[in-house]
This record gives sequence, structure tokens and C-alpha cells, in this order.
Amino acid sequence: MERIVEILPELNHAFLETLIMVGISLTIALILGLPIGILLYVTSQNNFLQNKTLKTVFGVIVNLVRSVPFIILMVFLFPVTQILLGSTIGPYAASVSLSVAAIPFYARIVEAAARDIDKGVIEAAIATGASPWLIIKDIILPETKPGLISGLTITAISLIGYSAMAGTIGGGGIGDLAVRYGYYRYDDTVMFTTVIVLVVLVQFIQYLGDYISKAVDKR
Amino acid sequence: MIKVEQLNKVFHLKTGDVIGVEDVSFEVDAGEIFGIVGYSGAGKSTLLRCLNLLERPSSGSIYINDTDLLELPQKELREARQSIGMIFQGFYLVSSKTVYENVSFALKAAGVPKQEWKERVTELLRLVGLEDKVDQFPAQLSGGQKQRVSIARALANNPSVLLCDEATSALDPNTTQSILNLLQKINRELGITIVLITHEMEVVKKICDRCAVMEDGRIVEQASTYKIFSQPKNELTQKFIATVLDINLPDKLRKECTGTVVQLKFIDGLASDSVVSDMLQNNQVTGNILHGKVDYIKDVPLGVFIMELKGTQKEVDQAIDYLYKRLKHVEVIQHGTHR
Repeated sequence: MERIVEILPELNHAFLETLIMVGISLTIALILGLPIGILLYVTSQNNFLQNKTLKTVFGVIVNLVRSVPFIILMVFLFPVTQILLGSTIGPYAASVSLSVAAIPFYARIVEAAARDIDKGVIEAAIATGASPWLIIKDIILPETKPGLISGLTITAISLIGYSAMAGTIGGGGIGDLAVRYGYYRYDDTVMFTTVIVLVVLVQFIQYLGDYISKAVDKR
Repeated sequence: MIKVEQLNKVFHLKTGDVIGVEDVSFEVDAGEIFGIVGYSGAGKSTLLRCLNLLERPSSGSIYINDTDLLELPQKELREARQSIGMIFQGFYLVSSKTVYENVSFALKAAGVPKQEWKERVTELLRLVGLEDKVDQFPAQLSGGQKQRVSIARALANNPSVLLCDEATSALDPNTTQSILNLLQKINRELGITIVLITHEMEVVKKICDRCAVMEDGRIVEQASTYKIFSQPKNELTQKFIATVLDINLPDKLRKECTGTVVQLKFIDGLASDSVVSDMLQNNQVTGNILHGKVDYIKDVPLGVFIMELKGTQKEVDQAIDYLYKRLKHVEVIQHGTHR
């Protein structure tokens, strides 16, 4: 117990770092992954903005990024991070590679959620003479909202996992704390505490995500 | 109003080319209700979807209000679609939008200023009888109510044409009747031309002025609904008619008949004439009605009777001649063993 109190300031700090990493990369995943996911959907075959070239280009890029294991992606992106932020250490630096990993991850989830819309609903909208932009904004986005939110939940939880990896090579955060104390110093108390903190965090995000997703679902 | 010329639609699939619509031509006059009937896979849905270019035909032309749809650039096509409403078997309402939002979406698509939405949506919902459901979500509505909302959405921009893709096929018989009544009301009161496809002859019988029968992508017969019902020429048409006007005699009963069995058709006003009693008075035969039915197709009676005629061969032949002269539609189903 004493040990926990002793570690508390450091735990607080690590927790905050994790939140920063996950928060930034999740926001960027939402800002960039959402449009890419929608683009992948509307340009697919037989859809209203069918475009094989665009679909292939974005599809390949998304698959490329997704096929690189995260830890390798991170090392690979060190030069980019260095140019962007002037450093490869700390939660902000780690956010760069986390974002790069999260964008295609979320894009695929968005695409899958959009594909769940009944094609007839899209056709009915086309039949009213609506423009493609209006269909995206007023039909596709509202109809996929529950899926977009639960997808965001999944992405956030995956990012917590990735952030632990990012932490060990200079990102900081709870994962880093656990490795430093638990792995290098055999300090089980700290190890368990961090695990509990992570479990609670993940549970909370999942609960919140499910709750919001259900609240907006009118199906 | 609507003019379709030599329309073809071929689907290029990996497994080979599939013909959806083949060399179809027809015209629909303004204010008419035109039905297209056929079994599933006959190409009627593809044909209907070509009329607002949800499906782009492989060749041919489609004129709606004298505009060739296939010549229109994207933006003008979208404007043209605003004057062609469409409703579907699956309703296809947006589940995350309320009834109000579903209907106002069409207004938004047409660029109608927001302050005019409320009045227009209220007017439309009153027309379809759903004023009290304005803030409900589609999941809270019954099938018939959903179809009413989709009708309101389709009519939002005062279209001149309404396309109905199996609009009543997912509904129970009662709801089907009420939706058909609504379509008829829209046709009569707003003068909107309706093109509908269906596999139910009942629908055609109730509301269509004219209809076409489709098989394997082609129109095999088209005529006024009354003509289709009273004098179907094509074999498929006859099959469809039989689903509504079932006038087959049970085999057992027919075998027991010793006289000549004839089928009489009373077309147009003839159903109220006294042809049968005249025939019996003028000929030495006895008549026995085995089966009969008078149906009203858009308020015009169509009667079909099956009679057994007994008497001498000569008298029976004379009676049949007499009937033929009066009715024109007499068919001997079974020859009798006469003296």
C-alpha cells in the first residue's frame, strides 16, 4: 500500500501521458480516418461515386500501413517525427506514429460500418435528386453513427495497447511505467497497479462507447 | 409524358452477360396509371429503375416530359429526378431520421429554403394521413405507415411522375388496399402519372388504366387493363389473369357432365344483358350454370360463366351460334354426347 502511495505522483504523470497519446491520435484518426473510410465506401464498385483508381490507391495505402507491425512502424517513422516535432521522445512524439497507425485502422472500420447501410436507402436518396455531398452528410453519416462511435471505442482501446509499446521506446505513459518498474526492477506492486489502472480505463471507455452508440441508434 | 424507345439493358457479369431488359418500347400518357407485371426476374424492376436512371440502360432512349434523360449532364439529371418520385418495396427510409426529417430531406435535396419545409411537410403528411407521426422514427412505424412516409417523401417536390417498385408487395392485404387507394387518390387529385411494377394481378386490376406484361426482359403484351383481363392473348398473360379470375372447373365435375360445356365471357356492358335467358327461350336446350363470376375491372364489369348445355346436337349447335353472335367470346370446353 505504502508503495502505491509512493508511486502515485509518477503514476499520475504516466496516466496523463497515456491520455495525451491516445487523445491526440484518436482525434487525428477521427479527422482523417473518417473521410478516408467514407471515400473508400463511396468509390467502391456500384456505389454512387464509383472510382476504381481512387479506391485502389487509398485501399493499397491503408493496407500498407496496416500490414506493418506497430513497433516497426514507429521506428520507421522516427525521421518523420524528428522533422515534425524536433524530437522522438515523449508522448507528443509517440502520438505521430500512433496517429499514423490509427488512421487506416479507423478508416476500415468506417468503411465497414457504411457498407452495412441498406443500398436501397442510398438509392432512395439518389432518386430524390440529392447531390453526392448531401447523401454523405445527411444519409451516410447519420446512418453509420452508431458504428462510427463503437469503431472509435475499438480504436481507442487498441491505441491504449499500442501506446504501451510506444512508451517503451521513449513515449512514456502507463505502459512505460509498468515495464520500467515491473520488468526491469521486478516491482510487482507497481506492475499490478498499472494493470488495474489500464483495465479500469479500458472498461470505462468500452462502457462509455457502448452507451453513446446505443443512445444514437434509432434502428 | 413518358416515352421509352428500344430500351436495352445488359449486365456484364463475371459469369457472362445477362440480359435485363430487351428491346422494350412503351408510352405512358399524362395522368395515367400504367402497370408492368411479370414474375421475378422478368426485368420489370430493372426497367422501372431505368426510368430515373438508377440503372443506366445499355441502349435506347427515355423521354420524360419530352426531356431525354440519357442526354442530361449530372446536375440536370438530379433536377430531373426531383420531378420523378419513387417508392420501393422496402420503403428505404433513413432510420436515424424522424418522419419529418425523412420527408424534408427531399426538400433539402431540391434546395427548397428551410423556412418552407415545415408547411410543406405538414401538408404532405396530411395527404398521406400521418400528421400525428411527425416526430417518430421509422422503427416505430408499421409497414403501411413507412410506405406512407416514403410516398410523402417521393411527392415532396411536386413530381409529375411517381415510380412504384413493388410498393405493396411487402404489405398485408388490408394495408395493400389502403396504399392502393392512396395511390389512386394521388393520381386523381394531383394528376400525377404513376408507373408501377408488381407481380400481383390484383393491384393491376384495382388501379391500372393500362398494363404491360413482361417476360425474359421483353414486353410480351400491352393493352388497357380491361382488354388484358377480358382478352389476354399471350400465354403468360393468361396465367396471370388466372391468378385473379380463377374459373377452372374441377375435373371431377367436368367428367360427370354429359352435355356440352361452354365458357361464356361477358365483356364491357354485356354483363347486365339477358343473353342467357334469350338463348334458352329461343332454343330447345336446357342450360345449367356450373361456375360463374362477375368481376369489376376499374368499375367495368367482366363476367365469365361456365354452362352445360343439353339437348339435341343440332339445338346445342344453334344455341352456341346464337351465343357467339351475341357475345363473341364463347369457348367450348368439352363436347357432349348428344342424341
